[in-house]
Amino acid sequence: MAVINVNKEEFLHLVGKKISNKEIEDAVNALGMDLEKIEGNEITVDITANRPDLLSQSGLAGAVSSFLDIKKGLRKYEVRKSKYAVNIENAFGRWPYVACAVVKGAILDDERIKEIIQLQEKLGATFLRNRKKGGIGLYPLKNIKFPVRYTCETPEKIKFRPLGFSKPATAFEILETHSTGREYADIMSSWEKFPVFLDAAEKIMSMPPIINSEDMGRVMEDTREVFIETTGTDFRTINYALNIVVSSLVDMGGKVYSVKLLKGKKTIETPDFNPEEMKFDINYINRLLGLNMNEAVLRKLFLRMGYGIKNKNTVLVPALRTDIMHQTDLAEDAAVAYGYENLKEEIPEVFTIAEENKLEIFKKKIAEIMCGLGLLEVHSYNLTSRINQAEKMHTAVKCVELANAINEEYNVLRAWVIPSLLNILSGNKHNEYPQNLFEIGDVFKYNDSRESGVEEFVRLGVCKCHNGVSFTDIKQVLDSLMHALDLNYEIKDAEHNSFIPGRVGRISARGTDIAYIGEIHPQVLSEFNLELPVVVLELNLSELFRIV
Amino acid sequence: MEDLKRIIDSLHPLERKVIPFLEKYSTTEEISKNSGMLDLEVIRALQWLQNKNIVSIETKEIKFASLTGKAERLPERIVMQNLDKNYKTLDELRKKTNLTNQELNACIGLLKKENLIEISRDKTLRIKLNKNSDKWSAEKTPEEKLFENLKKGKIAFEKLNAEEKNAFGNLHRRGIVTEEKIKKISAKLTEIGKRLLKEKIETDVIDHLTPEILREKLWINKKIRGYDIKASVPKIQRGRRHFVDQTIEYVKKIWLDLGFIELQGNIVQTSFWNMDALFIPQDHSAREMQDTFFLGNKGEILRGKIPADMLESIRKVHENGIGSGRGWGGRWKSETAKEVLLRTHTTVLSALALSKLKKENLPAKFFSIGKVYRNEALDWKHLFEFYQVEGIVVDPKANLRNLIGYLKEFYRKMGFEKIRVKPSFFPYTSPSMEIAVWHSKKKEWIEVGGAGIFRPEVTKPLLGFECPVLAWGQGLERILVDYYKIKDLREIYSNDLKMLREIKEFAKWQ
Repeated sequence: MAVINVNKEEFLHLVGKKISNKEIEDAVNALGMDLEKIEGNEITVDITANRPDLLSQSGLAGAVSSFLDIKKGLRKYEVRKSKYAVNIENAFGRWPYVACAVVKGAILDDERIKEIIQLQEKLGATFLRNRKKGGIGLYPLKNIKFPVRYTCETPEKIKFRPLGFSKPATAFEILETHSTGREYADIMSSWEKFPVFLDAAEKIMSMPPIINSEDMGRVMEDTREVFIETTGTDFRTINYALNIVVSSLVDMGGKVYSVKLLKGKKTIETPDFNPEEMKFDINYINRLLGLNMNEAVLRKLFLRMGYGIKNKNTVLVPALRTDIMHQTDLAEDAAVAYGYENLKEEIPEVFTIAEENKLEIFKKKIAEIMCGLGLLEVHSYNLTSRINQAEKMHTAVKCVELANAINEEYNVLRAWVIPSLLNILSGNKHNEYPQNLFEIGDVFKYNDSRESGVEEFVRLGVCKCHNGVSFTDIKQVLDSLMHALDLNYEIKDAEHNSFIPGRVGRISARGTDIAYIGEIHPQVLSEFNLELPVVVLELNLSELFRIV
Repeated sequence: MEDLKRIIDSLHPLERKVIPFLEKYSTTEEISKNSGMLDLEVIRALQWLQNKNIVSIETKEIKFASLTGKAERLPERIVMQNLDKNYKTLDELRKKTNLTNQELNACIGLLKKENLIEISRDKTLRIKLNKNSDKWSAEKTPEEKLFENLKKGKIAFEKLNAEEKNAFGNLHRRGIVTEEKIKKISAKLTEIGKRLLKEKIETDVIDHLTPEILREKLWINKKIRGYDIKASVPKIQRGRRHFVDQTIEYVKKIWLDLGFIELQGNIVQTSFWNMDALFIPQDHSAREMQDTFFLGNKGEILRGKIPADMLESIRKVHENGIGSGRGWGGRWKSETAKEVLLRTHTTVLSALALSKLKKENLPAKFFSIGKVYRNEALDWKHLFEFYQVEGIVVDPKANLRNLIGYLKEFYRKMGFEKIRVKPSFFPYTSPSMEIAVWHSKKKEWIEVGGAGIFRPEVTKPLLGFECPVLAWGQGLERILVDYYKIKDLREIYSNDLKMLREIKEFAKWQ
C-alpha cells in the first residue's frame, strides 16, 4: 500500500467532469483503493500494491473517469518515430535491462514536477521494490547529445556531480555521503561494476538506480522536452514503469517519441503502448462470480475498467496494467465494475460435517481438569529469551533460535513452559497469593527429520506458589489428572539443576516419559526474585494424547 | 414493624447479649464488666450492630502515662539507700544496687544536682552522703510520687496535674515512664436501636447448625437466627480459563456450527508453504527480514527440505503462470523457498490442507485459529505474536456471491447484523475483498478482515485440479479488544493475575 496526494483541480480536469467529493470518494473506494481524505484542493488516497498504474494522478483520474462511464474503454497513446538512440554496450549482468522514451511539449510547473517526483518515488518504493527491481531517470532532452550509451564501469572510474551536490563525487563518495546514495547503497553492495548512462559527449548522465547528474539530469519548470529511462532486473517490469511515467507526462500535454535501443545486432523500440490480448470465457467469469451476464453486459463492464474489446472472447489489456495475469483477474475487474455492493449474497446448500481437532478437544479437557483443581490459566508468548529459558534456570536446554530477533528479550522459541510460569510469578509479587497457575502451550525442538528442521509439542505447565507449598501439593495435581484420564504412572528420581535434589522426579506412563515434577531450587527462585517456594509440573500433552 | 422483626431475626448471639446493656452503658469496659463478656466479643458485636445501623460508635484515642519496666523503686532512691556518710567506690555501689552503668551515672548526676552527695576524685571516684541527705530521705520527690502512683496502674494523661506532668517529662527522658495510646470505643443506640430495646430479643438462638443439633433435633422450638444477607463476603479465587482461550472457544463454536473442519499445524514453516505455495512473489516485502521472523543462527537462515517435484510445480507457476496466463517473470529460487520462518498467517494451514485434499472429498470446509508472527516491536497497537482466525470452502460450485453469503452468516453469528465488502488486494486471491462490520454500539463501520477466492495459481498446483476456494480471515485480537475494552494490546498477554482473576467471561457477544 502506498499513500499518494493528488491535486483535486487537476484530477477533476482529467476526469473530465465536475463531480462532488462524495462521488470521488465512492468511485475511488469502489475501485478498491482507500480514500483517506479530501482537504481543500488535496485528495489523499491509499493505493493497493496491485495497481501501480494508479500511483499517478493521471492514472487514478483515468480509472475514475472510465469507471463513471465518462471517458471509458482503452486509452490510446500515439508513439511517434524518432531518431533518438541508446546503445547498450557491455550492460552490467545484475542490471541488464533498459527502456527509454522521449516526451515533448509537457507543461511542467512546480506542482507537476512534484507530482512526477512523487510518482517516481512511489513506483520505486512499491512496484520496483525499493529500487531493487528497477530505477527511473528523467532528463531535460536539450542537455543530451545522442546517441546515448548504457554501459557499466568499475566504481573507481565513475565521477560526476550528483543531484544536489556542488562538486563532482566518485561513485563510492556518492554511496557514502549522498542521502539517496546511502538509502540505496545496499542494492550495489556486492556489485563489482556500476551501471552508467553516458551521452555522445561522454558526459555521465546518471548512475542507475541511484542518482542523476546535476548537470545532465535535473528537470526544471521550463523543461518542455524530457528523456526518460528505466533500468532494472526484469524487462517487463521496467517497461510498465516507463509506460506509467510516460502516460502521466502525456496527460500534462506531452507527445511521445520512441527511442531505439541497440544491442549488438538487435534493435528494439520503446515505449510500447500496444495492449496485450487476453482470452476469456464468459461462462468461467459467470461461474466464478455467481452471475448470469450476457456478452453485452460483460463488455460494458470491461470498458468501464479501461479494457478494449477485440472480439467476443478477447479483451485488450491496457499497457499500464501490470496485474492482469490470468482471466481470474478479468473476472475480478468485472466484479469491481459490477459493484461489490450489487452482488447479492447467497448461502449454498452444501452438506458438510463439522469436526473439531482431536488434540484441541484433549487440550480443552485438560484445561477443564486444571480449572477444577482451582488453577488459573495464563498465556505466554512462544518467543522468549535464552536467558530466561536456560541461564536463569541453571540448565543447558537448547532453544530454537531466530535469525533476526528484534532484541534479546525475544530471541528464541521456548523449549519448556516452566520458565514462562516463573516469569509470570516474578511479575506478580504484588498480587494476592496463593498463585496457582497453569498454561497449555507450544514448545520447540530442533529435529532434522522434520521438513522445517523443527518439531513442536504441546505441553502443560503447572505451578503452585505460596507460603507452605510443598511437593505434595503438586503431586496431588498430577495424581488427580492421571486418575481422571485413567492412567497409571511411574515416578523415578531424577537429576535436574533447576530443582532441589531429592525433590524432583521424572514421570512415565505406558513406557513413555511424559513429565517432570518437582520443587524449584532456591538458586533458581533467587534468579527470578521469588521469595516463596514454588512447585511445578511440566507434562508433554502431545505424548499423553498419543498414549491415553 | 416487619423490618424490626427481620433485624431481630438476623442478630448474632453476641449482638443479642450486648443490646440490653446499651441502655445504661456505653463504653466497652462498662459493658464487658457488667455483661461478663470478653472485651473482644463486645467490640465485635458493637461493630456488627453499627453495620446494621443499630448503634453508632465513637472511637476516641486516649493517652495514658505508664511505667516502662517493672522496677519497685526509683533508681535514685535505691542509690541513696545504699550510701552512707562513708565514701564508697563506684564498683561497690554497682554491686549493691544492681543498676547499669548508665542508670548509675544518671542517678549520681541527679543527686549531685540536688546537692545530696559529695564526690571525691582522689585516685578513684568515690561518693558519700552529705548533711542535706537526711531531710531528703524522709520526703518524696514529685517524680517519686508519680512513680508510686503509676505502680498501681496507668493514669489517663488528662488526669495529671501540672507538677505530675512535669515529673512525667523528667522520667520520660530517662526512659522510666512511657506514653501509651489506647483506643476507647463507646457506643450509643440509634433510633432503631432504641426501638429494639422495647422488643423481646431471645438470647438462646441457633447460629450454626451442627451435626449434634441435627441428630438430636435440638432445633425444634428454637430460633435459627437469620443472616445479614446483604453484607459483603470475602472473595474466593477460582480456577478459570484465560480470556484469550475463552474467546477462541467462542469463535471456534461458530465455525463448527457452520460445518467446518478444524485445521491445526506447525508454527514453524518453510517459506515454501507460507509464501510460495500461496503465489506470493519472491521479492514481496513480506518476505524481508524486517517483516518476518526467520529461524537460524547469527543471520544465517535455517533451510528446510521440500520434495523436488513440489518445488518444480511451484517454480513453473511463479515463472510462467497457469495455462495461457503469465507468472511473475524472473527466476524463482528454490533456496529462497526453503527458508524456515515463523508462520505469518494461518493461510499456510489452508495451503497444506489443500495439498492433502482429494477430489472425492469435495465439497470441504476448513477453519483454523492459530498464532501467527510479524517482525514488529511490541507497542500499544502492535504485537509480534498474535492469533489469526480463518476459513476456506473448497467447492467446485462455489462463487463470489456464496463468499459474501458465508461472510454475512459468519459475522451475524459473531453478533454483527450488517457487513460491507469492498474490493481489495491479496497476492493469493482474485477477486479479493475487505470486510467491514457495522458496530451497533459505536455506530460505525469497523474493518475486520479480508476475503477472496484463491487464485488458480494457488489451487491448481496444490489440488492438482482447478476449483474455486473461498477464503476469509481476520485477527482474533480485533474481536477481543472490543469485547474486553482493552486499549493497549500488550495487556492481553501481560499475565497480570489480578486482571486474569477479575476480567469478565466471554459469555455473550454483543
